[in-house]
Amino acid sequence: MEWLEIFLNTSFWVAAVRIATPLIFGTLGEVICEKAGVLNLGIEGIMTIGAMVGWMTVYQGAGLWTGVLFAAVCGGIFGLLHAMLTVPLGLSQHVTGIGITLLATSLSSYVYRLILPEVNSPPRIQAFEPLDIPGLSAVPIIGEALFKQTPLTYFAFISVIVVAYVLYRTPVGLAVQMVGENPAAAEAQGLNVTIIRTCAVVCGSAFMAVGGAFLTMSAFNAFFFNMINGRGWICIALVVFASWRPGKALLGALLFAAFDAYQMRLQQLIGSEIPYQIFLMMPYVLSILALIVMSRRVGYPQALMVPYRKGER
Amino acid sequence: MNSSEIDVSKNQSDSEVVLRLRGITKVFGSLVANDDISLELKSGEVLALLGENGAGKTTLMNILFGHYVADSGSVEVFGKNIPEGSPHAAIEAGIGMVHQHFTLADNLSVLDNVMLGTESLWSLSSNRRSGRRHLEELGKRFGLEVQPHVRISELSIGERQRVEILKALYRKARILILDEPTAVLTPQETKDFFETLKKLVKGGLSLIFISHKMQEVLAISDRVAVLRDGSLVTEIKTAAASETELAHAMVGREIELPERKALEAGRSIFKLEDVTVSAGEGRPGLKEVSLNICAKEIVGIAGVSGNGQTALADLISGLAVPQSGIVELHGEIVRRFTPENMLRNKVGRIPEDRHTQGVIGDMSLAENSISECYREAQFSTFGWQNHRNRDRFAENVVSRFDVRGYNSKAPVRLLSGGNMQKLILGRVLSGNPQLILANQPGRGLDVGAVAYVHQQLLSARAEGAAILLISEDLEELLQIADRIAVIHRGQLSETFPRESISIAQLGLLMTGQQNFSTTNYPSAGNNAS
Amino acid sequence: MRLEARTNIPLGFMLLAPVLAVLASFMLCAGLVAWSGVPVLEAYGLLLQGALGSGFALAETLARTTPLIFTGLAAAVAFKSRFWNIGAEGQLYAGALIITVLGTGMLDLPQELMIPVLVICSAVAGALLLLGPVLLKLHFGVDEVVTTLLLNFIVILLVSLLLEGPLKDPMGLGWPQAEPVTEAAELPRLFRGLRLHSGLLLALLLAFIIWIVSIRTTLGYEMRAVGFNQKAARFAGMPVNRVMIMTALISGGIAGIAGYSEVAGMKGNLTLDLSPGFGYTGIVVAMLAQLHPLGVVISATFVASVFVGADAMSRSAGVPSYIADVMVSVSLLCMLVSVLLVRFRIRWS
Repeated sequence: MEWLEIFLNTSFWVAAVRIATPLIFGTLGEVICEKAGVLNLGIEGIMTIGAMVGWMTVYQGAGLWTGVLFAAVCGGIFGLLHAMLTVPLGLSQHVTGIGITLLATSLSSYVYRLILPEVNSPPRIQAFEPLDIPGLSAVPIIGEALFKQTPLTYFAFISVIVVAYVLYRTPVGLAVQMVGENPAAAEAQGLNVTIIRTCAVVCGSAFMAVGGAFLTMSAFNAFFFNMINGRGWICIALVVFASWRPGKALLGALLFAAFDAYQMRLQQLIGSEIPYQIFLMMPYVLSILALIVMSRRVGYPQALMVPYRKGER
Repeated sequence: MNSSEIDVSKNQSDSEVVLRLRGITKVFGSLVANDDISLELKSGEVLALLGENGAGKTTLMNILFGHYVADSGSVEVFGKNIPEGSPHAAIEAGIGMVHQHFTLADNLSVLDNVMLGTESLWSLSSNRRSGRRHLEELGKRFGLEVQPHVRISELSIGERQRVEILKALYRKARILILDEPTAVLTPQETKDFFETLKKLVKGGLSLIFISHKMQEVLAISDRVAVLRDGSLVTEIKTAAASETELAHAMVGREIELPERKALEAGRSIFKLEDVTVSAGEGRPGLKEVSLNICAKEIVGIAGVSGNGQTALADLISGLAVPQSGIVELHGEIVRRFTPENMLRNKVGRIPEDRHTQGVIGDMSLAENSISECYREAQFSTFGWQNHRNRDRFAENVVSRFDVRGYNSKAPVRLLSGGNMQKLILGRVLSGNPQLILANQPGRGLDVGAVAYVHQQLLSARAEGAAILLISEDLEELLQIADRIAVIHRGQLSETFPRESISIAQLGLLMTGQQNFSTTNYPSAGNNAS
Repeated sequence: MRLEARTNIPLGFMLLAPVLAVLASFMLCAGLVAWSGVPVLEAYGLLLQGALGSGFALAETLARTTPLIFTGLAAAVAFKSRFWNIGAEGQLYAGALIITVLGTGMLDLPQELMIPVLVICSAVAGALLLLGPVLLKLHFGVDEVVTTLLLNFIVILLVSLLLEGPLKDPMGLGWPQAEPVTEAAELPRLFRGLRLHSGLLLALLLAFIIWIVSIRTTLGYEMRAVGFNQKAARFAGMPVNRVMIMTALISGGIAGIAGYSEVAGMKGNLTLDLSPGFGYTGIVVAMLAQLHPLGVVISATFVASVFVGADAMSRSAGVPSYIADVMVSVSLLCMLVSVLLVRFRIRWS
């Protein structure tokens, strides 16, 4: 019954929430982009550059929050690039997104190597410390998971609530939904489709970058090449799984992370009988399965991947 | 908009000009859509903009509303020039537009659709309560009641149109542009709609009513402006206008109307018995539909769009599979519902949307001409294409069906709508089909092109083809169909011989106000002409 | 700002687009190069020298071109039918894997037979890997971008698993690498002492075949029609699903052959660093060629020279070799824009 006891283990839940954090940021960011009608396949690269920039800022002596801010700004810049190419110019969102990922990833590597030419083992930084919320963190099993995490994790949870509120309750959120559903309608309301879509992509990309920064500033405390390792693509799958809703995105990311944390512990339990690669494959396999299960569900923004060119005929 | 403002505008003198267009010119590529058009709209009047499809009416109004930017000319509203290319500025200036294709977001509620854009985007919450109250007030005053919290996707076409008008009123519009508003309405709904328009005028609005239907223009407008080929050709008071005069101004040339000979219907070609096609994504399918079409006859299907026409067309095109019921072609039961099989069974299909289904816009005319028969031996041997035969075939289609603007290398999307339709007609008729599905074959075409399409359909009929004509235009149906059935919410009425039914009767059937009696169907079906 | 479609585009314009894009990307990357402290012109000079400056350099460049032609063609074929195969990387490894299983002794045939058999086997492996995503797309509507991307990670983990397990070379000093392929399975070198191998000829032949198929055959006609307008193609009675599957099989197959070419022509055995992202770079190659099969050959050569040249530049001047990846990805984005400028006229208002 050891495989069941894992669920009673505090560290398991703590790990699950930690693993979930970058996915929450990434999925939330992608939801914002796609709600406005723009698929952002730049996510993998934007997370990478967020991870690099956040870490590098702190490594160069700045504060942790400055690092997060820089990461977000950098993510926003790449989001702006993606938006400029796909929104007013209406270029293929697939190809542009892949291009953004290639660019952001290679740029991260280049800049890292340029600043640190001769390092073999990646240097570490003094990262975010877990913030204990007294009282609540003492709740057995899940207390520490929810109330003894690093500030970025709390920030992720708060972001979900804020984004959900903005999307469904404020004029700007409704405007985002409308440009993703029927841009011609938005324009007939006197709204500027280009600006709204661009802002949504920039904002979503900033979230993705913060998700990447979490990895170097709250989890591994160092930057490695290829450290995002497909997390961005998993977020794309999670968006579909979440039916484009922020709340469900949170749920999906947590579920996914719990599964990941579980299989890691199971791996320790089983030992080397099953090659570790099988366990490492699990997140990717799971993402594909999630896509298949949710594939028939409707609810995607009607104008997703449809460029809107004003006055075209 | 509140009532005091309306009273003020009401009291202003009738001759005040609220809107002035000066020398509007707009060119798309080689097409002059608007050629130096100057127009005025006076306070409290209904100005009708009459013209054929492609005459430039919609382009003009899109410039007025800021969707397009004119190449030259200016727009003046209440004495002030408005900046170009900004719907926002047009709305601010008091212009409202009801687009032909509604501009509503299906996933949002009526209230959200109406309110969005009226509040600052940066406010942290929206004042929905007062918005709702205001919306309900407006609805009551103009007889445009809708439920504010229902999602757009759940509304009927007529209700959506009401929301569109309310959207403009909510933004304090004082000039309302209505782009072909009756195209989606039944004759009865049109009558109610005209009552609403009269209320709007009484409430102090000035209207521009765009249409290509003469009777409607005569019924509702104070003044008529006629556009032809992008130019303003006539501008007269409606009271002084006659139908023939307007028709001549609109078309500008003699159109030979196709001659329709009475023919004895032949043997049954196509038969539906209690066929049900499931609804796909919110659209109505077909419910136990029965129909019989014989050689040498045209059966028309009337109805407001979105009542199952797409399902019927898809069924015959081979894109939809029936859930139950029997489909017979040439007396044999059809079992495979694929476009390929339909083509093999000599079914020719003229699709509703030329651009998305009819042609592959980025391919050449020659490549498009063989898209339904490219597997035939003359075009392909062991998978190797015979380009010489293909080009010869295309040339044949071009000359036989008078396709103009033909450049063998250029992508076919550059053809005009009429020429594209001729190409599709040519492709369909070259296969000598015995059953022809013509789904809205005249949509968006000018009178000459429509007459040409009708002519071709009639001669196919004379040669023995059975034709199913789906159209929202009752006049078109009464012109060339032998029998007419009405489709409503996926159900098909019995068929009526053209001589025995009027537009008013069809209209009643289209709204579902008359019961659909299917009991006496067989007798009506066999009684072809 | 508005875009207006040009009606008649001269061929010269179309050919100009990639040249413009490449120039723009060199200019945009100049700042990054300068940041490293090396004078820009000198660095670019070294790059050119390193890529094309000598017979050896040229041979290295062409050797690097070979896999890029394969993956570029894989992307071009798929994208032309609007099937977004981003999984050429995984398909390459799938091809390499099957070669390692069959070519290291299990299959014993004379060379004239061995090479064609292995080419086919690697193609089948790559094609089968892409069969899953295309079927999921057609039957469940699952987006192929995500599935092919995720499959890349899965396949590479599988390779890692096998290289540490059953396929591990006992003579490999503990490194995760497979046994070298037999002599009969090897793709012969074209010149003594150079790494350039006959895989290049195979790639050129394939590019030519794909071009002919695309413009002269019924299948090519169907594939283009499906890519341009799937709805109209289906309405016209074309077997859209079958065409999609064929496209995927061809695309995956070509990427699989890249795996064979790399293992049997270049490296000799399968390792985890067999491909430094050839699959992803293939997308850039295809886009620079505007999806034209023959254009792929030219753009692959260009991209390969950037990589080989940047390596040389890195060795002699110390500019990190990652600059090559940056330049290539920048040129992809520039290419998208310059094609747009060729197709449309921008009107400012």
